[in-house]
Amino acid sequence: MTTEETTEAGRLDAEGLRHRTADLLAAHPPATTAPLDFLRARFDAGLAWVHFPRGLGGLDAPRALQAVVDAELEAAGAPDNNPRRIGIGLGMAAPTILRFGTDEQKKRFLRPLWTGEEVWCQLFSEPGAGSDLAALATRAVRDGNHWTVDGQKVWTSGAHQARWAILIARTDPELPKHRGITYFVCDMTDPGVEVRPLRQITGEAEFNEVFLTGVRIPDAHRLGEVGEGWKVAQTTLMNERVAIGGARLPREGGMIGVAAQAWRERPEARTHDLHQRLLRHWVDAEVARLTGERLRQQLAKGQPGPEGSGMKLAFARLAQQISGWEVEFLADEGLLYDDWTLRRPEGVDFTGREAGYRYLRAKGNSIEGGTSEVLLNIVAERVLGLPPEPRTDKDVAWKDLPR
Amino acid sequence: MTAPNGAQAAPAQPGPAPDLLYSEAEDDLRAAVRSLLTDRGGPAAVLADLESGRTHDTGLWRSLAVGMGTAGLLVPEKLGGQGASAREAAVVLEELGRAMAPVPYLTSAVVAVTALLGCETDRPEVAGPLAALAEGRSVGVLAVPLPTAPGTLPEPAVRADADGTLSGEVTGVADAAAADVLLVPADGPYGYALYAVDTTADGVRTEPATALDLTRVPARVTLDRAAGRLLAGQDTARAAVTGALLAGAGLLASEQLGIAEWCLSETVRHTAQRTQFGRPVGSFQALKHRMAALWLEVASARAAARNAADALATGSPDARVAVAVAQAYCAPVAVRAAEECIQLHGGIGMTWEHPAHLFLKRAKADEIALGTPGRHREALAELVELPAP
Repeated sequence: MTTEETTEAGRLDAEGLRHRTADLLAAHPPATTAPLDFLRARFDAGLAWVHFPRGLGGLDAPRALQAVVDAELEAAGAPDNNPRRIGIGLGMAAPTILRFGTDEQKKRFLRPLWTGEEVWCQLFSEPGAGSDLAALATRAVRDGNHWTVDGQKVWTSGAHQARWAILIARTDPELPKHRGITYFVCDMTDPGVEVRPLRQITGEAEFNEVFLTGVRIPDAHRLGEVGEGWKVAQTTLMNERVAIGGARLPREGGMIGVAAQAWRERPEARTHDLHQRLLRHWVDAEVARLTGERLRQQLAKGQPGPEGSGMKLAFARLAQQISGWEVEFLADEGLLYDDWTLRRPEGVDFTGREAGYRYLRAKGNSIEGGTSEVLLNIVAERVLGLPPEPRTDKDVAWKDLPR
Repeated sequence: MTAPNGAQAAPAQPGPAPDLLYSEAEDDLRAAVRSLLTDRGGPAAVLADLESGRTHDTGLWRSLAVGMGTAGLLVPEKLGGQGASAREAAVVLEELGRAMAPVPYLTSAVVAVTALLGCETDRPEVAGPLAALAEGRSVGVLAVPLPTAPGTLPEPAVRADADGTLSGEVTGVADAAAADVLLVPADGPYGYALYAVDTTADGVRTEPATALDLTRVPARVTLDRAAGRLLAGQDTARAAVTGALLAGAGLLASEQLGIAEWCLSETVRHTAQRTQFGRPVGSFQALKHRMAALWLEVASARAAARNAADALATGSPDARVAVAVAQAYCAPVAVRAAEECIQLHGGIGMTWEHPAHLFLKRAKADEIALGTPGRHREALAELVELPAP
């Protein structure tokens, strides 16, 4: 036993992980194994997310070594778990369950979450609780071993495909708003859950409204202590912002590349004004790319910088300015739109559609995942240390707040 | 998209990822320079000094250039320097920008030194002045107007005669009043050529202008049959001058970063303390959002400035793009930071007693120096193949 453990520990470097990956590929050749079977075997081998604990898809290995495994598997043509489709599960639910879940919850939820057998969504925002998320009004009332939940949620990506949701609900209206909240896992197949598509500015429905009527949640599906839901939600939200701001780009990667290529291909549409503005956007995009690169270099050296809070702000402004420029550059073609059909996309594809879509969809970049105004407050107060705005609602019982 | 009409390929990607962080040695250098500048009183002392009519702090220059050896950072050890690189010089410039120090570092230790390094350094005519500049024993400036952008080399305003004497007039030569030696581009028997002229020589006159920026004063340089020593001719001279302007523009971005940092941190400090309407003005969202937006620009300017310094230090083929991006981005950030500093300080920001105006004046002059942001965007248009209509 001791010998085996020593051997295991000794193999947790890049070379050891390469061996484990090779063993997995030998036992389950991608060409002849059903994708789901392969993904399950990969999870069981601890190669799903190597920094997770053993038995939960990982090996307690350094997080950076995941790249080694991913590269080997990609080279071997192994199936992936469609991270776009299950992004909320991977980016938000999993880290929260890992940190706050019971052993039973971790065992029950993490494997099908990672393999994509069960899709997750997030029931946080409400019509009256967006930027002020802690103002939420969805109630959860205890009933023996269950909770009964009533309320309405909104902006729920993927609710129509989801098997499970992470949910925050008010469990004590007598307490101030941040203290009376509890965090649950909600079964989306419960008869009290109704999902309605919410059609957006682009014509698509990425999001849904979710109506919760007498939804019964077992107490065993609570994450964290009663009344501690706000603290649990912070873990989820921090992971969301990292996911939104974190992509690595080459020069002219993303939207500026589309705009620059359009400029090169259409000399007849060029004007001096558009040229001046394009060059400004090009510089801004290149500097944003370098700022992201600098942040990654800091993280790699174990010196996380506050730049992360700012990257999402920069990304939103750039996407809006460049896509607006592009529609104008296209002139008569900019008057057209590719398709208004109500579609239910699996995610945002900024370069897969045309300029009008990019222009309209980019409007959401400064709203979703924390508005630019809220992020500016966060930078001002947490990075610059400026005094907070006076809070009139902090110590008042939620039920006494004006609504 | 319709069929491409004369489509061009996307420009080449930059090489290996640049190192955008600060090394431990760079952190140590920063600490030493900052400590020296703090000991000498920082921007408030600069302000007091200007009242006496001095435009350069020669004592500070001696401590910085000779005492700490920073004048020779760009010069190899065998030529009398420290054998460091543009990355270290950039850190010095960040601190000089933050302290608004009136010393000829950019003009002498960066631009003039780079011009000399572009000549044949084994010739004594070049090696002599280079070692003197590197050791801080003498101050040199390149005799071109401060607004000159790299890549837009003007025809020289100075003529060289067959007897080696130089005549002509150059305006806007920054720090000329502090210089011991002028590096003068001139047209003459060798075509475009670069000469060294001692400022004490007969026929040399430097007249400092009344300048917007009180801490880096441009001067009119008049040469009337002044004795010059030939440093380089033709293509070598052109390349040396262009390289000097490129290094100057690239490292100026670090000075601009330092200016912006001081302006932001002073503004945050002030607005967190100043109360109006019963609470600190820095707690009002309208103000804190402006400072947070500025913080993001300063963080971005740091990445752009580090990228330019690293490209210059490694001799990257991407250096021209990196410098143009850094100047196009950092120059307006420094100006905006200084303008916000004045506005958010309220009335005190409008007064002569508060040093904010020194930063605004330097930031605005820096925006013109070594190519305006517009000039650098024009350069980019060519470099990254986004042609004008």
